Amino acid sequence: MKLLHAIAGLVLLTAPAWAETNIRQVTSPGGITAWLVEEHGIPFTALEIRFQGGTSLDAPGKRGAVNLMTATLEEGAGALDAKGFAEARDALAAELSFRPSQDAIAVSARFLTENRDQAMDLLEQALINPRFDTNAVDRVRGQILAGLRSDAQDPQTLASLAFDKAAFGDHPYGTAGDGTIESVSALTRDDVLAAWRGAMARDRIYVAAVGDITADELGLLLDDLLGDLPATGAPLPGRADYALGGGVTVIDYATPQSVVTFGQPGMKRDDPDFFAAYLMNEILGGGRFSARLMTELREKRGLTYGVGTYMAAMDQAELLMGGLSTDNTKVAEVITLVREEWSRMARDGVTEAELDAAKTYLTGSYPLRFDGNGPIANILVGMQMEGLPIDYALTRNDKINAVTPADIQRVAASLLRPDQLHFVVVGQPKGVVTGP
Amino acid sequence: MCGMLTFFLSGLAAAGAAVAEPVTDFILPNGMEVVVIEDHRAPVVTHMVWYRIGAADEQPGKSGIAHFLEHLMFKGTDEVAPGAFSELVAAQGGSDNAFTSWDYTGYFQRIAADRLDLVMRLEADRMRDLVLTDENVATERQVILEERSQRIDSEPGAQMQEQARAALFQNHRYGVPIIGWRHEMEKLTREDAVTWYRDYYAPNNAILVVAGDVTPDAVRDLAMRHYGPLERSDAIKPRLRPTEPPQRAERRLTFEDPRVSEATLSRQYLVPARKSGDQKQAAALTYLAELLGGSPTTSLFAQGMQFQDATAIYTSAYYDSTALDYGTFGLAVVPVPGVTLEQAEARMDAVLAQFLKDGVNDAAFARLKTQLRAAQIYALDNTDGVARRYGEALTSGLTLEDIRTWPDVLQAVTPDDVLAAATLLDRRQSVTAMLMPAPQGETE
Repeated sequence: MKLLHAIAGLVLLTAPAWAETNIRQVTSPGGITAWLVEEHGIPFTALEIRFQGGTSLDAPGKRGAVNLMTATLEEGAGALDAKGFAEARDALAAELSFRPSQDAIAVSARFLTENRDQAMDLLEQALINPRFDTNAVDRVRGQILAGLRSDAQDPQTLASLAFDKAAFGDHPYGTAGDGTIESVSALTRDDVLAAWRGAMARDRIYVAAVGDITADELGLLLDDLLGDLPATGAPLPGRADYALGGGVTVIDYATPQSVVTFGQPGMKRDDPDFFAAYLMNEILGGGRFSARLMTELREKRGLTYGVGTYMAAMDQAELLMGGLSTDNTKVAEVITLVREEWSRMARDGVTEAELDAAKTYLTGSYPLRFDGNGPIANILVGMQMEGLPIDYALTRNDKINAVTPADIQRVAASLLRPDQLHFVVVGQPKGVVTGP
Repeated sequence: MCGMLTFFLSGLAAAGAAVAEPVTDFILPNGMEVVVIEDHRAPVVTHMVWYRIGAADEQPGKSGIAHFLEHLMFKGTDEVAPGAFSELVAAQGGSDNAFTSWDYTGYFQRIAADRLDLVMRLEADRMRDLVLTDENVATERQVILEERSQRIDSEPGAQMQEQARAALFQNHRYGVPIIGWRHEMEKLTREDAVTWYRDYYAPNNAILVVAGDVTPDAVRDLAMRHYGPLERSDAIKPRLRPTEPPQRAERRLTFEDPRVSEATLSRQYLVPARKSGDQKQAAALTYLAELLGGSPTTSLFAQGMQFQDATAIYTSAYYDSTALDYGTFGLAVVPVPGVTLEQAEARMDAVLAQFLKDGVNDAAFARLKTQLRAAQIYALDNTDGVARRYGEALTSGLTLEDIRTWPDVLQAVTPDDVLAAATLLDRRQSVTAMLMPAPQGETE
């Protein structure tokens, strides 16, 4: 074991030395704010825009409208039909993508410095002048419906949907953002237009840019790109109340291996105890092989290829979720073990050594995330959406290091509720039935 | 948006200029190859060791051993306790993982650049000093069986793909799944793993790729210290695998499963891969895949099957260019409801035939060239990806020179080259697979 001794003294923190120290806020002449890191080493820029609200803005009875709208943004704009738009984008070698999620629409662009203006003109047309041609809407609708038919046969999706429905009922969080076969089939072009007007407005924009662009250039670019959007959009949905109790729900599905999703209420991102809960989760079921659940289920018993838990702090609700796949014959054992680990953590907290290991990992790995224009722009726009200050990257590790075993003990005791933990099992588990 | 059409023709200036990552290479006295890729934008390093051994090198009856050993490499050495490898890396803020393919097995860590010494020491330690116990092997075998259940047996599409490859390769081990056939995985022993490890895990069968905020001199010093003393293996031989006989009959498969919702047609052709010193054909096939099915909007398949007539919900074409022995060229169509797989296939073949008759559209070809040039610029933003590209190519029979010249070879492709490459899509060397929902009443 001499190797272990040799490196025991090496626990140092990487000094923040690059991107996270160079984030600046830019305000355009027209009043749009953005976070920027200038990086002129490679002649392109990564631009990330978020429109808060996302698929949760769907009007009653119009589930899937925001998703269909977002997927059709690149299918023709201004003078260009779908083919013309794609040809123009490809001729510039620009990359544009539009992705909906339950709390936001994400617009991502990568474009070369030499044709930045043309690339941004094209993106502007997609945002401001989308055509939503009927044949394009119908073509995209066909793809979405195929995805929904596939989801109806996918154990992972079935488990997630069952959990969300039971947890959040009629709130948008209780159903899939891409809608149902019935709702999507019934959507009209007018519904798509209404979704576009409601979802893409200046009052909910977050922007980050990283790459070969100056603050002045970015400001002018943003005014051109986003200045003509409507000032206000549809109201955000209200809070989603968690209505699920503890227990097990089994959904019969013919497959040798069950998919198991489990969860309970979580914690808000701005809770003073968030970092204690975050560290607690990292030790319980985080990404490392040494997390307790991974150790107990995979390393010691070979029950699964992988198990993990995560804190989901969404805009309108918070969850502590986990999941795994295991042989039908082993589901009962897995559920017992997960409950035991939940109880053990709630009762005993963590050891000093576990906490130290989690801290060095989380603080040491944080700077490694800032490794490219695209990834950095993603982080910066995410920080803004979470309401974090612009110097957050410089203080985040201090907040992690300040957490004590006593903090985790206290937070685990109040947050973790073994009796509230609910398991949804999709498969044919042996000796496991629906019940409390 | 009036000015839009004018800039189509302007082309790209800077994207045509030479852009390349700074690369240095050398070989240690014990035969270990080292490649250093510098990127000083952030104080991070990716450290990878690639072994020139993969699933296609396995003996009959031992399918899955290459991947199984990849898992077992985390079970400790004479100096590091089981599971401690990843913990030691994580304790320094790093992350690590590993992967197995038919032609290679790779291990990597991403960590702050000043911790390179640590990960190199750990990786060198487990190159020759792995310790395997019966208990560790038994538990990990359960893990890989669960992995197979999750990735293959729970996914009808993956099962069909497994069957299709088994039919495409009539003699080469590319037809055997990387993870292994279940009945053979169940019988893999500690002895199988130890033999595999002892024979193939050695410096003269490994390539070190270090990418990030490092200098070649510093990497050379560290590599000499940690990898330099390791012993060579005498078992490393040229990788002469069984070759395919002339394939004389196309193969057709039908796979039905109640878990399938969308019927899918896919076809794979046996085609050449990139060859060292001769990558022209592979470059032309790269264009062919893009022109046929690379874009969901402008490709010939998209236009012919999704736009001009509503045959398909989804179409694609791809070319797997980097492999030691054979490339594969794939086509796929998901028809709209009401269109049968036979009709979809007829339409797909009609689009192919029309392409062979009409030839390459010049504007589409020019756009592709521009995109391939720009891809070199965007690729510089992802050092991990660059490192992976080098490792994959070097374990697939290519040289650093081949990697360096590949972008130029791509730029030199002509429309005639693409048409010539299209004749390589020979139905006699293909498998056409139909994935379908099980008929009503057959579900369990």
